[in-house]
Amino acid sequence: MLEIKNLHVKLEEEDKQILKGVNLTVEAGKVHAIMGPNGSGKSTLSYVLSGRDGYEVTDGEASLLGEDILDMEPEERAAAGIFLAFQYPVEIPGVGNMTFLRTAVNAQRKARGEDELSAADFLKEVRAKAKTLKIDADMLKRPVNVGFSGGEKKRNEILQMAMLEPKMCILDETDSGLDVDAMKLVSEGVNALRDEGRGFLVITHYQRLLDHIKPDVVHIMADGRIVKTGGPELALEVENNGYADILAEEGV
Amino acid sequence: MGLPDQKQTATEALLATLTMPEGGCLAAARKAALSRVQTLGLPGRRDEYWKYTRPDTLVQPDAPAAAVFDAGEAPMFDEFDRIKVVFVDGVFSPEESDDLSLEGISIERIADICDKDIHWGKDLYGVLEARGQDPVARPLAALNTAFAQDGVAIRVTGTPSKPVNLVYRHQSDSSDAILHHIVRVESGATATILENGPAASRFNKCMEVDVADGGTLHLVRAQGRDHERRAATHLFARLGKESVFKAFTLTVNGVLTRNEAVIELTGDDAMAHIAGACVGDGDFHHDDTVFITHDAVNCESRQVFKKVLRNGATGVFQGKILVKEGAQKTDGYQISQSLLLDDDSQFLAKPELEIYADDVACSHGSTSGAIDEEGLFYLRSRGVPADVATDLLTLAFLAEAVDEIEDDEIAGALVTRLEGWLARRR
Ligand SMILES: Nc1ncnc2c1ncn2[C@@H]1O[C@H](COP(=O)(O)OP(=O)(O)O)[C@@H](O)[C@H]1O
Ligand SMILES: [Mg+2]
Repeated sequence: MLEIKNLHVKLEEEDKQILKGVNLTVEAGKVHAIMGPNGSGKSTLSYVLSGRDGYEVTDGEASLLGEDILDMEPEERAAAGIFLAFQYPVEIPGVGNMTFLRTAVNAQRKARGEDELSAADFLKEVRAKAKTLKIDADMLKRPVNVGFSGGEKKRNEILQMAMLEPKMCILDETDSGLDVDAMKLVSEGVNALRDEGRGFLVITHYQRLLDHIKPDVVHIMADGRIVKTGGPELALEVENNGYADILAEEGV
Repeated sequence: MGLPDQKQTATEALLATLTMPEGGCLAAARKAALSRVQTLGLPGRRDEYWKYTRPDTLVQPDAPAAAVFDAGEAPMFDEFDRIKVVFVDGVFSPEESDDLSLEGISIERIADICDKDIHWGKDLYGVLEARGQDPVARPLAALNTAFAQDGVAIRVTGTPSKPVNLVYRHQSDSSDAILHHIVRVESGATATILENGPAASRFNKCMEVDVADGGTLHLVRAQGRDHERRAATHLFARLGKESVFKAFTLTVNGVLTRNEAVIELTGDDAMAHIAGACVGDGDFHHDDTVFITHDAVNCESRQVFKKVLRNGATGVFQGKILVKEGAQKTDGYQISQSLLLDDDSQFLAKPELEIYADDVACSHGSTSGAIDEEGLFYLRSRGVPADVATDLLTLAFLAEAVDEIEDDEIAGALVTRLEGWLARRR
């Protein structure tokens, strides 16, 4: 599904190398988790994959279903199937959440040559999906993420993901700032989307999220590289002992 | 004390081209206005009040030509049930207008008010304009009072079932129109006036609005889309006790627009909201100049102005709140913001507060900014193409001003126009 080879990324504005050779393959139907200390480059990786400005790929490649994505515009990547649940969802005053969702869904359908969803069908779908995430009508009407609590913002990200039905879901610290109940809602939302044809890359600091969203593979990222890869037990090891031992072992 | 030579010459040059209409009962008002023009002189480039907007083309004897623009879409407000009052190049057209009778409101041509021995209009025509000359001179408004060739007198006595729509058609490439309307809203009466259309190649419009105690007036105008048209408009309003006046202006295109609003809150607990949204591309200069005077207790005023500027367009905002002695519990709010879609465009703002009462809450703010890159990326990451996302953010920027319109259907119609304008520029 997602294939990243030897990816090197520096900041455009300053001479700072952030990703220093990331290799990672996420297969369809699998959940990969990335853990790692703050500042190791996890968010940068997710931004580079979704096409944010400000980064320069100096080496390596990234493809989705065999298609190079690094030259695509962010909206093309989205239509191709990449979705990033932001670590810090952006507030957009003046744009209603519902308008935003409908514009996004229909823009992607249009880009893929599909018919737009009728207003009625869209409404039916969004209501049903919002309900399972305990997102009420008021939240759908309000401007995107404006005045939302941390938990509401994260649930809103999952709602967008559910509506857009991407092929490759990247979740950047979706668990941060969530209480136990919200964590459960979000995890259920993600699990409902688990599917043979869909890949997940879950970035997190905590084992806690991985109790709910069971990963197939766990990677440890440090200083711009994947330094260790293992099964779910690797996350438990981090939970119990922190990163120090692993990093020392790998010579980082 | 005479005028500086240059001003004197320019003023005489324009006056020489104008003929004062038969004044009838308004002759005295027109003559008084003419002498105001002669005393004040027409606006010149060195006038402080015209620091950001060059008045040259507004005062030169001949109106610069402006092509009539075929927008290829139905005129604004066409879908609304309304009473249409049509002016073609500044002249009332009975053929194109609706029957002007409606319960709760009377609409007459200015020229006809002298037919009656007693008419409220005789006490309003030129009166608020004259009051509005102090402390800042507005000679183009005085010129208007003196030479207006047409206009309507609207008196609201009840709650008319539909809005009055003043439609300004532009027909000749060289038309130079002067219109003067007077509006009196009686105690407890409520009405909505809509205005739309480019009117003329050069348009000088003045509207005097007198809202009696407990009256309410909504004014929504859409200034026409002809690219080369020029307009100088003045809105003078005097608000009585517990009265409400809400005005909104949408400006799309036009090479030069100067909209002045001069509002006086003279009765306690009155409310005035003056708002505007404009979008300009290229050769576009738009100036909102607002002067709100609080002269009563517990009044509220709001000024909300938003400008979207691209390809070297210029936006100007001069807004003042004057709180007179004794105007306690004044609530004055003023915001002016521009969204600059490129580095060539500019926004010049001069917000002012002058307060002589101690128990007041007044705030003002002015900002100029580019499109929010974070928001743009967020939208694009969801699959929204960059141009569509930019439009969404642009409309969102304008929303605070458009929200000032109380009627959702009217607001919706304006938003549709804005969407169209933006979409055509993708
Ligand atoms: N736009 C930026 N400007 C400056 N430094 C940045 C920027 N983006 C990322 N960095 C730096 O790159 C490193 C990796 O950051 P990030 O990807 O956010 O890490 P993580 O998500 O793993 O905590 C950090 O040292 C961070 O300070
Ligand atoms: Mg991060």
